[in-house]
Amino acid sequence: MPGVIANRVNDFVVKFANVNGTGSASANSLVMKAIFRMGVPVTGKNYFPSNIQGLPTWYEIRVTRDAYAARAALVDIMVAMNAETYSRDVRELSSGGYLIYDSTWPRSSVLQRGDITVIGVPLAKLVNENFDGVRNRILLKNIAYAGVLAALIDVDLEVISGLLTESYGKKPKLLDSNTKALRLGYDYVKTNLTSPLPLRVEHMDKTRGHIMIDGNTAAGLGCVYAGATVGAWYPITPSTSLMDAFKGFCERYRVDPQTGERNFAVLQAEDELAAVGMVLGASWNGARAFTPTSGPGVSLMNEFVGLGYYAEVPCVIFDVQRVGPSTGMPTRTQQSDIMLCAYASHGDTRHVLLFPANPEECFYMAVQAFDVAERLQTPVFVLSDLDIGMNDWMCPDLKWDDAYRPDRGKILSQEELAGLEKFYRYVDRDDDAITYRTLPGTSSKGAYFTRGSGHNQYGAYTEDSAEYQFVLDRLKRKFANAPKYLPKPVLVGKGGSDVGIVSLGSCDGAIREALDILGRQKIDADYLRVKAFPFNGDVETFLKSHSTIFVVEQNRDAQLKSLLTLETAVEKSKLHSILSYSGFPMSADPIVNGIRAKLAEAPRLTAVPRKV
Amino acid sequence: MSYINKPKVAHPSLPTNTLGMTRRQYEGSMSTLCAGCGHDSVTAAIIEACWGLSMRPEQLVKLSGIGCSSKTTAYFVSGSHGFNSVHGRMPSIASGANAANRRLTYVGVSGDGDSLSIGIGQLVHAIRRNVNMLYLIENNGVYGLTKGQFSASADIGTKAKRGDVNSSPPIDPVLLALTLGATFVARSFSGDKAQLVPLIQAGLRHNGFALIDVLSPCVTFNDHEGSTKSYTFTREHYHPAVEADFVPRAEEIAVDYAAGESIPVSLHDGSRVILRKLDPTYDPTDRSAAYSYIETKLKKNEYVTGLIHIDETDSTEFHNLNRTAQAPLNGIPYEKLSPGSAALDKLMARYR
Repeated sequence: MPGVIANRVNDFVVKFANVNGTGSASANSLVMKAIFRMGVPVTGKNYFPSNIQGLPTWYEIRVTRDAYAARAALVDIMVAMNAETYSRDVRELSSGGYLIYDSTWPRSSVLQRGDITVIGVPLAKLVNENFDGVRNRILLKNIAYAGVLAALIDVDLEVISGLLTESYGKKPKLLDSNTKALRLGYDYVKTNLTSPLPLRVEHMDKTRGHIMIDGNTAAGLGCVYAGATVGAWYPITPSTSLMDAFKGFCERYRVDPQTGERNFAVLQAEDELAAVGMVLGASWNGARAFTPTSGPGVSLMNEFVGLGYYAEVPCVIFDVQRVGPSTGMPTRTQQSDIMLCAYASHGDTRHVLLFPANPEECFYMAVQAFDVAERLQTPVFVLSDLDIGMNDWMCPDLKWDDAYRPDRGKILSQEELAGLEKFYRYVDRDDDAITYRTLPGTSSKGAYFTRGSGHNQYGAYTEDSAEYQFVLDRLKRKFANAPKYLPKPVLVGKGGSDVGIVSLGSCDGAIREALDILGRQKIDADYLRVKAFPFNGDVETFLKSHSTIFVVEQNRDAQLKSLLTLETAVEKSKLHSILSYSGFPMSADPIVNGIRAKLAEAPRLTAVPRKV
Repeated sequence: MSYINKPKVAHPSLPTNTLGMTRRQYEGSMSTLCAGCGHDSVTAAIIEACWGLSMRPEQLVKLSGIGCSSKTTAYFVSGSHGFNSVHGRMPSIASGANAANRRLTYVGVSGDGDSLSIGIGQLVHAIRRNVNMLYLIENNGVYGLTKGQFSASADIGTKAKRGDVNSSPPIDPVLLALTLGATFVARSFSGDKAQLVPLIQAGLRHNGFALIDVLSPCVTFNDHEGSTKSYTFTREHYHPAVEADFVPRAEEIAVDYAAGESIPVSLHDGSRVILRKLDPTYDPTDRSAAYSYIETKLKKNEYVTGLIHIDETDSTEFHNLNRTAQAPLNGIPYEKLSPGSAALDKLMARYR
């Protein structure tokens, strides 16, 4: 007997099991977008292989009336379109869930499971009877299952049709075939099956003023608004779409319609070493420049990052983190480059890190990264991850303040140089540990020699200990002063609980959901989300004022916890890790379970009388 | 190193260029290289070339990697910005800097270790990208700062100071550049200033990547008997094929050239190079002919020098292909770079 799922409106998970390279992505996002347009919050997560064609791929839509951003870690409806993964897809389904499969061919016995409802639709048969051409049939079968699902969960057919019209409005043939395929699936369900299911969608009004966007697109757009003109990169998953986005937006906004001249340059480098070298060269020469990469790229960039730190050259690096170590799992998500980036390169180096939690923050932090890099004249890492970078998140509309002007930091103009008796590159004139720089081409009076070798405050080569240390000590002060230019941490909660959670980046959605669940269980916790490194003083205060602190992060080795113990005065014994490093985006469960388990074992404050 | 401080005051009768500047004003800080180092002669040739071109110091950008050769960017034109980067990675710094401001003149100074071993990938791709810059390799066949190991340009059979004999085949930067389609390829010798100076001038004015391989002996580690990169060996095996005379823009060609033996080539900025063929069979505009000529001579241990190949018809310079704005990217006002709030509001519709 199938298990029972109570009526759940706007709160369930649909997972699509597909073969990659078959065009399923557009059908899946069609369903997601339609639900979004019905005013119902959704998230879309893509679990794809590091492969071009033929391997299993999954897409998960969480319909979430409470607008949770995290993965749900359960599946209510499985659209099983990949024979190769049938058995594991069936296993993954929650008790009482629904399995939709292509009943054109007989179902294998492994599909047997008593506690789920199996819904067969002869999709291949329907499509083959109505359409010609192998590729065409493959593509339209996807739209047909979208139609099946729409009927089963009550997605507004008019909304879907509207989306199809927007996509294929100028290609009537494609519009016709897609509409027909959609109806094939939809009508089959209406004629032959009971619909809708108890899991269904109803119109709401919770997506107004919101968009569905991925973090790489948002970050690429942020670079355009920041005024970046040079982008250098070496293709690497999952960061590639960031440069694609930048280039796409530049082609739209940065090409002179009359002359065809471009106000940007994108350099595809021979490797990541060259990519970051180009960024340093361009930034040194006064352009806003950046490179998107991922862990293996950062490993390669280390030497140059140290040069940027020591010679004080601005540089913006987006690290869209993926699963390591080594090549790891390139299409899975993790937050495992925190330590790598914080202290990248040999010698005493430390770097500014920004931690966006969602695509919206990718946009704004991209802009901020350039301001900070130029203000502090140092490399800045924006640590996104695959989940933020490549998945579609519901975010408030991105807004732009036209009054914004880039903070180019301390750059001396020709006139300012003329007024100086002599220019020295590394003299701390303002006593804020930030010195003045000049750009090539300004005037020979501002000329200086940039070097990664030992130098004194006048910019000259030195092997003198005191001169060397003088510069190195200033760099340390500069770093210590950095938080005043960086975003402050976000506090959730009243701040009065003994229990604290510290986390960063894409854990945010799961933690906020966990706080709701814990709250319903009368467990109160304060949550501080760190947005930048070096840490703001508020982080120190939070650590001091909470006795039990959970550090939530997505890596095996508790890297944020390590960084907290190294860079704050917190007692190590107060920190308890909740770690997720499966490669899948974090869900609320491990946080709820981890906190509950720890609090249960904690000695009670008041003595409990023993049973005699 | 030789260490005699230069007098601070220049003699009033020193010749000046069209900017009214003396050669002294194109010098840099004192060299710390060994007395007699070939690199110092190259430095002197760069100074002479820049002075002769009446180049504004602030218009020049000096770039280098790591090694003896890379130190030399500090020894010329102190009025120019310099960037001494990391080992073998100067080409990427140059590519980025050039992307940011196409109006300046970029000169990179590198060595055989910096360019042909650790940095060969970046050199190759800078050529392929056709970055508008002059790239000088001060080639001496050894690593100096680490005390005399063979470099990738060491010839088979050449003997190290401590007696080792090299058995690995050399990488010749000239053949490499020709293979990759470089549009300006030259070889010279640090001891031949008359040949080197006009080559540097032409290279600085060439629109695209210009490579000059300068044989520049290391007096400390590679100037002994048995070395194929010593002063003596280089002078004995030196084979000028094409000399180049550089004629700045708006200057008349004053010398009479024998017909058939000279080829005038106009450079991008209106200046000209007059190629004087010392070997009448040689054609510097024919890449594949140049390649086989050099290769044949190399097999006989002869270094062909001069402007080996030039192609001014090529239009693959990076900014040309990119269609970059004529104004330097680093100077475009922010107002022209930001699409503004209205465009963003409109764009949001795409994501609903």
